[in-house]
Amino acid sequence: MTTPPVARELGLCLCHSCGLACDMTHEPHECERCGAPLHRRKTNSLTRTWAYLVTALVFYIPANLLPVMNTKMVGHGADSTIMSGVLEFWEAGAWDIALIIFIASIAVPGVKFVAITLLLVTVKRDSQWARKERSQLYRFVEVIGYWSMLDVIVVALVASLVKFQALADIEPRPGILFFGLVVVFTMLSAMSFDPRLIWDEKPQAPHNEEVTDEATSH
Amino acid sequence: MATTAPLIICEHCDCVYEKVTLAKHQKTLCTRCGGVLQRYDGLTLQQRLALTLTALMLWIFANFYPVMSISLKGLKNSATLWDSVLALSLGPITFIAMVAAIAMIIAPIFQLFLLIWVLGFALSGRRSPAFKFCMRWLETLRPWSMLEVCLLGAMVAVIKLAGFLDVLPGIGLFALAILSLLMIRIAGRDIRELWDIL
Repeated sequence: MTTPPVARELGLCLCHSCGLACDMTHEPHECERCGAPLHRRKTNSLTRTWAYLVTALVFYIPANLLPVMNTKMVGHGADSTIMSGVLEFWEAGAWDIALIIFIASIAVPGVKFVAITLLLVTVKRDSQWARKERSQLYRFVEVIGYWSMLDVIVVALVASLVKFQALADIEPRPGILFFGLVVVFTMLSAMSFDPRLIWDEKPQAPHNEEVTDEATSH
Repeated sequence: MATTAPLIICEHCDCVYEKVTLAKHQKTLCTRCGGVLQRYDGLTLQQRLALTLTALMLWIFANFYPVMSISLKGLKNSATLWDSVLALSLGPITFIAMVAAIAMIIAPIFQLFLLIWVLGFALSGRRSPAFKFCMRWLETLRPWSMLEVCLLGAMVAVIKLAGFLDVLPGIGLFALAILSLLMIRIAGRDIRELWDIL
């Protein structure tokens, strides 16, 4: 199978904002069409991805240990964590809802941690292994990214509805803050990773191609 | 410079291809990494603008009518999307209320305003004022607009509460359902086509 030409060898660079193939002969810092900053590869991709990922991982602990909401029914208060919410549905026989919440809140972040770590480690080692599959893995991580926000929205809606003073009252608890932070940071982590690194051959000095420019915009 | 316009670069592996014209239901994939390069988009400008205006109406319904109402022993209560954001904003966790507000309310409405602005001018064959700015914001907002997650969240909340009190889905929920589907259709990447035709 013949491989199509690669943009870097042709002196081209993809603009991530408008999709234009930009001519890099004069090393422009901005896309001539839309003005977005141009990078041949995302700036400090690996370091940033690691940083966001580790942050998310740290927040993942309180997100699962701290209660996400407090349910008060006729005087009795009870805190519930994400996992206890899943179990509650499971025991009540609603296995389908239990499964949705389990996938969105526990499986998706878990899969993202494992997948992004795998991508980072293999790219660092210049691995040739399963490149196409790793590309697909990255796209999968991007797609599942925001579904973990599900629990935040459920807690918000439930807490805003059940407000019957002494009879029944549901309040959000700090766990949900950490949980939301996990989602935001794993999304930032996935966005910072540059999937083109999977395909890059590194014959000589690495990272000489990086154009340092402002922040995360790409 | 102009010669690079018909080229397309795979964002996942940097391969370069020439653009092709697609027929209905067709898409092109990168031969090296399997990523989607181009996807057929059947919407004309007029259709897209019409759908965007519809989405704006639905956004108004989804935000000003309760998503659901509940009753327990004669007591009633209902909540809109904004009420649910406020419920999160109490106490030390205000930050997450901001994230939720952006994801459910602010990002979608900004997307809609930008689309209407850009498409309205595009209809007369012109680039709108601040065209570059608007198009770049449409790209930035896309990953943070989470209406489809919001819809699933609302449905899970309905089922969660139905266990111990009476729940009635409101107009807001139905509006939200249609709005989230519309947003997938109108606010996707196809909008980049405007760069080529204007």
